[in-house]
Amino acid sequence: MGTDLISFSKVCKRYPGGYEALKDVSFSVEPGEMVFVTGHSGAGKSTLLKLIAAMEHATSGSVLIAGQNVSSLRRPAIPFLRRKLGLVFQDQKLLYDRSAFDNVMLPLVVTGHPWREAAKRARAALDKVGLLDRERANPIALSGGEQQRLCIARAVVNRPNILIADEPTGSLDTEYADAIIDMFRSFNQVGVTVLISTHDDRPIRRLSPRVLTLNRGSLA
Amino acid sequence: MRAWLRHHALSFAHTARRFAASPAATLLNALVIGVALALPLGGHVLLANVQQFARGIAADAQISIFLAPEASTSEIAGLQKRLRGTPGVRSVAFVSRQEALDGLKRVPGMAEVIATLRENPLPDAFVATLAASDPELAQRLARDFKSIPRVAYVQTDSAWMERVHSLLRVGRTAVMLVGALLSFALVAVTFNTIRLQILTQSNEIEVSKLVGATNAYIRRPFFYFGILQGIFGGVVGCAIVDIAILVLNNDLAGLGTLYGANVRLELLGRSDGFAVLTFAAVLGWLGAYASVSRHLYKIESQ
Ligand SMILES: Nc1ncnc2c1ncn2[C@@H]1O[C@H](COP(=O)(O)OP(=O)(O)OP(=O)(O)O)[C@@H](O)[C@H]1O
Ligand SMILES: [Mg+2]
Repeated sequence: MGTDLISFSKVCKRYPGGYEALKDVSFSVEPGEMVFVTGHSGAGKSTLLKLIAAMEHATSGSVLIAGQNVSSLRRPAIPFLRRKLGLVFQDQKLLYDRSAFDNVMLPLVVTGHPWREAAKRARAALDKVGLLDRERANPIALSGGEQQRLCIARAVVNRPNILIADEPTGSLDTEYADAIIDMFRSFNQVGVTVLISTHDDRPIRRLSPRVLTLNRGSLA
Repeated sequence: MRAWLRHHALSFAHTARRFAASPAATLLNALVIGVALALPLGGHVLLANVQQFARGIAADAQISIFLAPEASTSEIAGLQKRLRGTPGVRSVAFVSRQEALDGLKRVPGMAEVIATLRENPLPDAFVATLAASDPELAQRLARDFKSIPRVAYVQTDSAWMERVHSLLRVGRTAVMLVGALLSFALVAVTFNTIRLQILTQSNEIEVSKLVGATNAYIRRPFFYFGILQGIFGGVVGCAIVDIAILVLNNDLAGLGTLYGANVRLELLGRSDGFAVLTFAAVLGWLGAYASVSRHLYKIESQ
């Protein structure tokens, strides 16, 4: 218990309108683990990941991150939780009114990093995902796979110890998807705890990682 | 401390960029706010000038004190001393019954009438000139003088003063009402501009929050925006009023030469300008606060 980085216990999530997206979900993840969350569409994968980032709140049960109960976190504390996480969203949430570089800068800008240091880190993050030569490009001008890599750069730029990715390989061909998954694996190998949701069982067959399977909101 | 300063500098740059991004809208808003401020401000300036003018005329505000016929010379001298020593009285002139009669004789047609009189029916009198154009002071002094022995009758010409003062009072109330109404307009303009900004920036706001921005960080540029927009509008409002005064003074100068008087309006003083800008900044902040509280709430509750 003391060593768990992420710990769900008896978590239920009922959306307004009454739909129960998660039912009695309990599991825990230790630091340095790489875990896949799978399940059919609508199984509750995104919901589970959103609970970790306090984008949704559990109806009952508790979600602990490094011993801190996220479901009872007061609103002013939420930004400080999110600064410790790296998030890759299913709908990407890139900003198309600015360059790739500025998108990656955002997490550092909102936390008031000195610009020079922030720019150095943003370039390092872009370099890690192979987009350094596209830093001036608008995200709209990037391919689907490149946009996904841009999201990863933005997620890792603040050096989080937990990386959470919601279907990062969703619409990519297998080769490209493999490269993206390998990228997450390399972050995991330097100590970052990684949680990836996918409904693609190829990486699971390829890597045989730890898998949490959701079925209509319940863990199998 | 450094980080805090950097935050503020960044927010400020952010705000400046928002203004620069839509110069036409910025200009138009400043104009709308400026006109809204210029109306009550102009009214205030006019009133202040009229008040000044009224105070100038009031140098002539007088109380006439008519004495009883039995008043003796020494009593008259004592009375004069007493009147001179009364606070609120600038000067006192004695008009003897003979002087008054001589004055009356000079009025055409009166000499014949006076010739038929066997004796001078006019009393001795004092004319007290007041130090201020204050109808209340005039009335109080008149009451006091009436209770002095040997004073038969006291006449004030404060009626006109009261009229001017109550007109000024009505004017001031009107300016206040217009000012209050148009302040709402200023708040509403800011409220709406910021509502639109929040709508167009809802993506940026949402993503910023997801990567760890605090609510304070999100709100700060909007507050700056409201305050700056208010100040821009205040500058425009002051400029409108000053330009109007210059134009009016031009016309008044022509009028002045015709009547041999020097009539001109005073420009806004430094303290007036400062007060207007502060007021506009506060109203802008208020509009921003209302808008941000109302429209960021949905995004913030995520
Ligand atoms: N904001 C919401 N309000 C109401 N219901 C929701 C909301 N978000 C999700 N749901 C419902 O909760 C269930 C689980 O949704 P979730 O997004 O977690 O599924 P998922 O496993 O991520 O699916 P997919 O693979 O399609 O992304 C779905 O039935 C969905 O309709
Ligand atoms: Mg999903």
